[in-house]
Amino acid sequence: MHILLLDALLKGPATERAPSPDEAAVADLARALGNRASARLGRSLAIREVDAGSCNACELEIHALGNPVYDVERFGLKFVASPRHADVLLVTGPVSWNMREGLERTYAATPDPKWVVAAGDCAVGCGVFAESRACAGAVAKIIPVDLVIPGCPPTPTDLLKGLLALVEGTTRP
Amino acid sequence: MIAIDENARDRDPVALADAMGAALQVRADGFARIEADAALWIGLARGCAAGWHDLGALWVDDHHVRMALWDARENCRAIVSLTLKAGAYPSVGLRHAPALRLERAMRDLYGAIPEGIPDERRWLDHGVWPGREHEPGYHFLPVEGNGLHQIPVGPVHAGIIEPGHFRFTANGETIARLEARLGYVHKGVEALAEGAPVERAAKLAARMSGDSTVAYSFAFARAVEAALGWDVPPRAQILRGVMAELERLSHHVSDVGGICNDAAVAALLARCSLIREDILRAQAALFGHRMMMDAILPGGVARDIDAGGVAEIRALLERIEMGFHRVIRAYDQSPSIQNRTHGTGFVKPEYIRQFGAGGFVGRAGGRAFDARRAFPYAPYDAVAFKVPTREDSDVDARIWIRIEEIAESAGIIRQLLGKLVAGPILAAPPPFEPGAGVALVEAFRGDLFLAVRIEDEGRVAHMHARDASWFQWPLLEASIEGNIVADFPLCNKSFNCSYSGVDL
Repeated sequence: MHILLLDALLKGPATERAPSPDEAAVADLARALGNRASARLGRSLAIREVDAGSCNACELEIHALGNPVYDVERFGLKFVASPRHADVLLVTGPVSWNMREGLERTYAATPDPKWVVAAGDCAVGCGVFAESRACAGAVAKIIPVDLVIPGCPPTPTDLLKGLLALVEGTTRP
Repeated sequence: MIAIDENARDRDPVALADAMGAALQVRADGFARIEADAALWIGLARGCAAGWHDLGALWVDDHHVRMALWDARENCRAIVSLTLKAGAYPSVGLRHAPALRLERAMRDLYGAIPEGIPDERRWLDHGVWPGREHEPGYHFLPVEGNGLHQIPVGPVHAGIIEPGHFRFTANGETIARLEARLGYVHKGVEALAEGAPVERAAKLAARMSGDSTVAYSFAFARAVEAALGWDVPPRAQILRGVMAELERLSHHVSDVGGICNDAAVAALLARCSLIREDILRAQAALFGHRMMMDAILPGGVARDIDAGGVAEIRALLERIEMGFHRVIRAYDQSPSIQNRTHGTGFVKPEYIRQFGAGGFVGRAGGRAFDARRAFPYAPYDAVAFKVPTREDSDVDARIWIRIEEIAESAGIIRQLLGKLVAGPILAAPPPFEPGAGVALVEAFRGDLFLAVRIEDEGRVAHMHARDASWFQWPLLEASIEGNIVADFPLCNKSFNCSYSGVDL
């Protein structure tokens, strides 16, 4: 173990420079959020991830956000264990009927002010599962969505750009 | 309870090897086809229970219920079909418990009634499907005793993982029983595939369990190729093997990190996640997608690599091995981690045999089955590798199987790169004719079975996949008995079962 620690000290951080936030998304968010954006949360957002029917590829890339290369926590973005601690729901999947109630109850358990990010093609528009009778529809059909991050799955960089846009959008006066 | 045919129940077990005489010729996919009557069906089901052959899959298609059976010792494999009578068939689960959830799922999706099934509860159908609503309650199996309490967990969990419900019954800290209820991410993949062109069905297969996307695409492609008599260029075969092994490597590395993290050693997760990121970036550069989604197509592969790509993969392997070597040393020299992993989550070897559990779960408990070795397919028929096994059957053994398989996968990739012949990477499809094919491939979790039936004009009539997790989830439930609640994440991660893959 000490070799690993020494190695980390000598080599320095593996963390890369942050991508700039998705400017189009920032502008959209500023418009969409309007007066809601006045509820200032500083530059820190607590995120609760909800898999509402994903194939789990999106989860793998969301996981990768926590690795030392992307190190999402340096931006004040933190994944939390309960919706009751969350400012943001990061939702994946084409919302299966079997997960619809779980998603609705998670949304209800999240205190205001709250934002919803639909991540991945399935969450945005059901992706390859569009037309499935087992799916209730894209996330926006079930709960209000503030930001979409497309991709199958979205890369960690895509996710980071979107989440940074959310920080900008929700904190810009 | 559905009426049981008492006469049928008493049939003697039949071994697959003896039933092969009844088979039509062995098809291009290596599986014989057996049209069974009820007596033979029941006999073969009891043969599974007797341990004479493994139950590989059970599914419903075209007014038939079908079983995939294999016996690696006798080198025989077969698809056994039985015509449904008034929508019913003799339950396999009644005779061989590992079939229970398969049968419950098929009843929910196709209404096929397993006569005599001892567990009448629905599985994928949670009572909320439009037009099929019913009382959504679910009766967990009763647990009796003094001082027991229940802990319900999920479907929304604390971590970034898939949804499922776990019902723990505990006495203080000690777990008396765990029962899982899954099906939350049921997306109706089989129904979507019905009537879809092959290209679209390939995309669906690649998204049945995203973490095994290469293995699913590989299995789908091989099943389609077997059904249509589609020859794959040698270069594409090699590239498929390279991709499949890279996928295995990347997951085994991150699983080792994840298990250590659940034993509160975050430094090893950080190390392993760096290695995984390195692999994913190389995959994106070489194959056009970080997880190589849709990179394997029926007929070949989507993208070729050049000499620079070969060199990059070789360099990547060296980086992985150097980085991971330190992780192994840190794990091996840390009694505080091993204190958590030794003896934790023990799975009885008899359960492993009964369920035919594959992958690291099976091999950590002495079951050496590996689809690449038991029934070799291209390109694994041309490379040398070991199939590591252990006997301890605990979290530690499942870590060591992964560690040893990482070295084997790296060896396989190097051999394959040395055999990379020049030539095309994608063959044109032969004229479409109706046909059916199946494939068995080794995903990182274990053996993955996929069956496909194709109609005229290249449309898929039916697709069914059986993820390795079908036969691992029940063992996770069994392994946790007598452990403390706080060790569940550790055990769960050491299994790392797929939810999406079994929710269909």
